[in-house]
Amino acid sequence: MPSPRYHREMPQRYRLEAAKCKKCGKSFFPPRLVCAACGSKGFDKTKLSETGTIVSYTIIRVAPADFATQVPYAIAIVESDNGVRLTTQVVDCKPEDLEIGKKVKFVFRKLYTEGQTGIICYGYKAVLV
Amino acid sequence: MREVVVIGCGMTKFGELWKKSLRDIFVEAALKAIDDAGVDHIDSMYVGAMTPGLFVGQEHISALMADYLGVAPIPAMRVESACCSSGMALRLGLFEISSGHSDVILVGGVEKMNDGADATFALATAADQEYEVYQGVTFPGLYALIARAHMHRYGTTREQLAAVSVKNHHNGAMNPNAQFQREVTLEQVMNATLVADPLTVLDSSPVSDGAACVVLTSVDFAKQLKVPLVKILGSGAATDTLALHSREDITALKAVKVSGEVAYKMAGVKPSDIDVAEVHDCFSIAEICVIEELGFTEKGKGGPFTEQGNTALEGKIPVNPSGGLKSKGHPVGATGIAQVVEVVEQLRGKAGTRQVKNAKIGLTQNMGGSGASSVTHIFQII
Repeated sequence: MPSPRYHREMPQRYRLEAAKCKKCGKSFFPPRLVCAACGSKGFDKTKLSETGTIVSYTIIRVAPADFATQVPYAIAIVESDNGVRLTTQVVDCKPEDLEIGKKVKFVFRKLYTEGQTGIICYGYKAVLV
Repeated sequence: MREVVVIGCGMTKFGELWKKSLRDIFVEAALKAIDDAGVDHIDSMYVGAMTPGLFVGQEHISALMADYLGVAPIPAMRVESACCSSGMALRLGLFEISSGHSDVILVGGVEKMNDGADATFALATAADQEYEVYQGVTFPGLYALIARAHMHRYGTTREQLAAVSVKNHHNGAMNPNAQFQREVTLEQVMNATLVADPLTVLDSSPVSDGAACVVLTSVDFAKQLKVPLVKILGSGAATDTLALHSREDITALKAVKVSGEVAYKMAGVKPSDIDVAEVHDCFSIAEICVIEELGFTEKGKGGPFTEQGNTALEGKIPVNPSGGLKSKGHPVGATGIAQVVEVVEQLRGKAGTRQVKNAKIGLTQNMGGSGASSVTHIFQII
């Protein structure tokens, strides 16, 4: 991944920064320029709650090349406690421990490494609480 | 606005076409469609393709295909909307003829997925690169998330998912253009290798090469031709959030619902008027969600509706008589027009042993990504 592209996303991936619409109050992750709920263009910076709930999950058995060494791994859609959803790996658990509705918290982890001269890619993952 | 008819169709066999190139398969399908229509020229063409750049390193395929079809200097345009690229291309052909700008148009789709590219990576570019794919999600993974939520909320069973694949392989076994012309059993589907739990490799459409084309014209222009006319009654397209996680209900495919409603309204028909449908079964769960959104059954009832045989060839609403994406194959850019080819053959009564009896009105539904774009068309034999 070109480094500017990686660098741009760091506030979201490292610190869970989000945007809250000044008009209707809906939060978006990642931040947007236009509110998808009310069309307004003014936002305040906010941060996702560090805890949330599993909406759905799967175990990836066939992965793209960057993730091939990690299979099998769990992926979930998680709703943070302030109502914003994201897709994340759920780690430090067995597949059979996962259930819809279980609580998780977000942690800062390495996601994958790119080739011999690439970037070491970091971001959020979730663990069961 | 002029009424538009499909007057010719053609497709290659779908599968691993090692001996044929991207341009070869498109030209093969285009020549079949032009020959079927019996026209001596085309005024313009649209080519649907998802990502030939990633699959074979070739972009600018609109001009390439016009060149190799020997029709330059007519205008040609590539259309991209992930797996519904050629379904969307059909709309442009429809509008160009209905506006009166052109009389005869070729609309096709093509993809060559088996030439060595990382297909899992290439397909994942239809998802949100920064916030889905970055986390390691795959397309089977996204549909697995939908499947798990659908099972949890509506009680859809593993057997009901498998019933989609069993039915589509049964139909595909009768389709000489299908990639997999063989039946599978419920047990085989459920016990196959897991790709993304709960989906197995037999819940999933394959990686395919293939092309499909149709020729469109106006009803007036078609009068001079001696071919059966299949009128495009309705066309609807819609979008949804690109990332699955951004949707309030991940079991709802809103773009599919809206594209269907718009097409039904334009056509002046209801779901119960449809005699045959080709829908986007990239994974077994997708067909279950789509038949709910198109109104063939209630939301949440797609599983039992399928298990009871309602979508079989002799059922209440036959779905995917071609074998669908699952058995016929899914060269992503070609799929939308391949669905139209099947519906046209069904409405002409030329679908052989998989013919749906007395089919007069047909529907095609084609979607991109995890349902962020969808296009629905309705056809009638006249």
